[in-house]
Amino acid sequence: MFKNDFSTPTDLECSPTRDGGTQMHTVKVEQSHKLEHFSIRSLVTDNPPLCKTRLTSARTNKYLPDVRAHTRNIFSEECVRSTGAVMCDQTFVAVTFGPCESCAKTSPLMNIYIKTEPINYCSFCVEKMACQGLQAGESLASLKRESATLKKKLDEERNKLNDVELSKVAEKVETLSSLSIKTRRVLKGHNNKVLCMDWCKDKRRMVSSSQDGKVIVWDAFTLNKEHAMSLPCTWVMACAYAPSGCAVACGGLDNKCCVFPLSMDPNESPVTKKKLVAMHTNYLSACTFTNSDMQLLTSSGDGTCALWDVESGQLLQSFHGHTADTLSLDLAPSETGNTFVSGGCDKKANVWDMRSGQNIQSFENHQSDINCVKYYPSGDAFASASDDATCRFYDLRADREVAVYQKESIIFGASTVDFSLSGRLLFAGYNDYTINVWDVLKGNRISTMYGHENRVSRVRLSPDGTALCSASWDTTLRIWA
Amino acid sequence: MSLLFSKVSLGIFSFFCTSCQDVMVAALDLGMEKVIVAMQDPDMGVKMRNQRLLITVIPHAMTGRDIIEWLVHKYNICEEEALHLGVMLVGFSYIYPLKEPRLLVLRPDDSPYRFQTPYFWTSTRWPASELDYAIYLAKKNIRKQGQLMEYEKERYSLLHKRINHTWDFVVMQAREQLRASKQRRKADRIVLECQEQAYWLVNRPPIETWRRALGRNRVKSSICLEGFLKFSEQYQNHDPIMQGCLPSNPWISDDTALWTMNADTVPTPTRLRVERWGFSFMALLIDTMGRREFMIYLEKEFSAENLCFWQACEDIRHGESSKIVEKVDEIYKNFLAPAAACWVNIDSKTMTKTLEGIQRPHRFVMDDAQMHIYFLMKKDSYPRYLKSDLYKNMLARAIIPQETKKSVFPFMRRQRHSSPSPAKAATQEDGLVKGSELAGTSSAAV
Repeated sequence: MFKNDFSTPTDLECSPTRDGGTQMHTVKVEQSHKLEHFSIRSLVTDNPPLCKTRLTSARTNKYLPDVRAHTRNIFSEECVRSTGAVMCDQTFVAVTFGPCESCAKTSPLMNIYIKTEPINYCSFCVEKMACQGLQAGESLASLKRESATLKKKLDEERNKLNDVELSKVAEKVETLSSLSIKTRRVLKGHNNKVLCMDWCKDKRRMVSSSQDGKVIVWDAFTLNKEHAMSLPCTWVMACAYAPSGCAVACGGLDNKCCVFPLSMDPNESPVTKKKLVAMHTNYLSACTFTNSDMQLLTSSGDGTCALWDVESGQLLQSFHGHTADTLSLDLAPSETGNTFVSGGCDKKANVWDMRSGQNIQSFENHQSDINCVKYYPSGDAFASASDDATCRFYDLRADREVAVYQKESIIFGASTVDFSLSGRLLFAGYNDYTINVWDVLKGNRISTMYGHENRVSRVRLSPDGTALCSASWDTTLRIWA
Repeated sequence: MSLLFSKVSLGIFSFFCTSCQDVMVAALDLGMEKVIVAMQDPDMGVKMRNQRLLITVIPHAMTGRDIIEWLVHKYNICEEEALHLGVMLVGFSYIYPLKEPRLLVLRPDDSPYRFQTPYFWTSTRWPASELDYAIYLAKKNIRKQGQLMEYEKERYSLLHKRINHTWDFVVMQAREQLRASKQRRKADRIVLECQEQAYWLVNRPPIETWRRALGRNRVKSSICLEGFLKFSEQYQNHDPIMQGCLPSNPWISDDTALWTMNADTVPTPTRLRVERWGFSFMALLIDTMGRREFMIYLEKEFSAENLCFWQACEDIRHGESSKIVEKVDEIYKNFLAPAAACWVNIDSKTMTKTLEGIQRPHRFVMDDAQMHIYFLMKKDSYPRYLKSDLYKNMLARAIIPQETKKSVFPFMRRQRHSSPSPAKAATQEDGLVKGSELAGTSSAAV
């Protein structure tokens, strides 16, 4: 279905309207909302309206119209229909004018957030408020100075033990030849973008979730669809298979994560027996069971991660530290099994202790949102994929980044990563529809896997390492081996 | 090659519509912009010439082939990748075709292309549209009091004709925006300062985390990195994607023998599986069969209570919250009490701490004791197990599967058999769903 009409750059050299709406409609909305440019059509369809003010730079627009998603610079319908309430949460550039909420004068307003509450003050009132907010004895200058010196010291400490680079150490390892890996299965059944998938421990089943609210449990080997559920919320961004194989957990824009028991009884739909486990204040970006069906770990667009008891729905531990949406998490396969890593839009990857809720390590090397984090099979390292078109490898014992996987010809963001069983290969899915395979030790790209016709949203190795599954916005999942 | 490119381009085009809305984002734009700017470099950029299109001569244009060649040369990539990248650039209208302009594809031949003006780059602030352009021209008109360039005047009047019904709006917008920008200029300094202040208030730097981070113990890089090399080397033969697997990869051959041979419990395990038990203590414990074998060994050594204790602790950590109290009680009775049947040998400090914690049982109350026993087994019993006859015999008996014979008729696919769903298996037993399966349920790979 061609949604966009590419009326060309002819004599006027105009590019098309981004959402394909006609000019007529665009105007109607604009008149109520001065600076926005999108049509009614895009407001009522599922596709995310590209909502930006003309005076702010375009920001990432991953997910959807929701009044609470302001941190991603996305605007809700309400916001659009009301007058003058346009926010730029990142640059705070004054883009609206109206009465100041503090002094009531009509002036260019600054829209800022205090603990996710938006307020519109004129610049003078913001200055007054800014000075009041500081603690006694603190000044902004002193805070800035302290954080700068600490950061510098931390980098020095990290570099002291840095006696050799990975590329040097890896010189003695033999070079890998190109990988002969092909698509072996194409799973068709979703009608919209597939956002997430997870393997079952039996090495052949998997669960996948998509933008239209459908969650399907497949036997990927036979291409059989064993269960299909329709969730009331669209954009099911996270799904996970329980270790026992008896349940799946999923959630997304509804800010919740529910556990659905799977039964082979055809009269029973998993939806009827669903159990609400996790509740966040923003969209659910990732979820995973810990070593049993009894505990669920989730991450959310509200910047927190949380550990839940499935039986009671109780919050066991919450993890605060990210200053923007948390997009991904992964459990450590280590002996003590007590840590996990999370990555977010604040460009940070944080390692957490599950018992105490403390942030034990933090890495800030990426230049843009971190979309995915995954542990190295030994548990001593992890990799991350980011919108800055690079993937990075971090050594947890040395506490530093040891490799960057990038190439000048790769300019699209990486959305997902996974290691092969030995940890030698890193599979990374990108927004240019390809999957690149990197040599983890030597740092070079071994091959590229073409096949998908839209963004790759998730790649996951099967539990026994025999196949890689990739989920894509082209509505299919592919099995490669 | 032509088949490939048309498939790619059509594929891209048909899905571009859904994807273009979603993919026009800043981070990506910076990358694309860099490429485009490099392409337009007067010395090192793409060769531009006057292209002939029917009877018109278009200046500053280039051919599709030039674009591909330049990309191949500049980024040291193969032609397929360059074509893929080029298709993206066209798809996002940084470059547009002069022939058949409605079809945004890149043809690696003589077809002429031109660079889009930066005003209409997808990354620029203005979402491009006719309306936008009209407002822009209106603003310019007002600012320059009618002194527009010739081509701008033309377009202005053309736009006026085309979108006449919105002209009031256009003029109003132009006026408002001019006013806003004027005001911004005056308040610029204050605004910028306040932005910064507000930012720091809302996003306080994680000073506490950094202080703690300074106190960490770190390991030398050389040691850590050697660790990665060793791990990857050790597991290389076990990595099906890198080395293949015996009898065959089920996804390639459609034969599930590999999975049958490596089920949780089999009479004889495969050789690779038994080898993995020797790689690390965790690898042994994670494998159901491995754990069982280790238990048999410990029973012979009269130290089986250690493994039983460890398993019971795992059960608490990962089990139902409601059962924690009773499980802790059980553990105390069986393992920690003075006259316990399977008393475990924990050092006095840990024992005291654990006994205290039992007064107020919680999920992690057994952690210290569990870790103590774990490392005891790891340092003592585990190495001895690997040297024992029990393990060596198992290794000797282990199967090395034969490679699956290729089918006589290579074009006939084997029938893909389904397997019983884990969900079904559970509900058949007492109708109860088995929830608290521990980490050991997954049998390892090959």
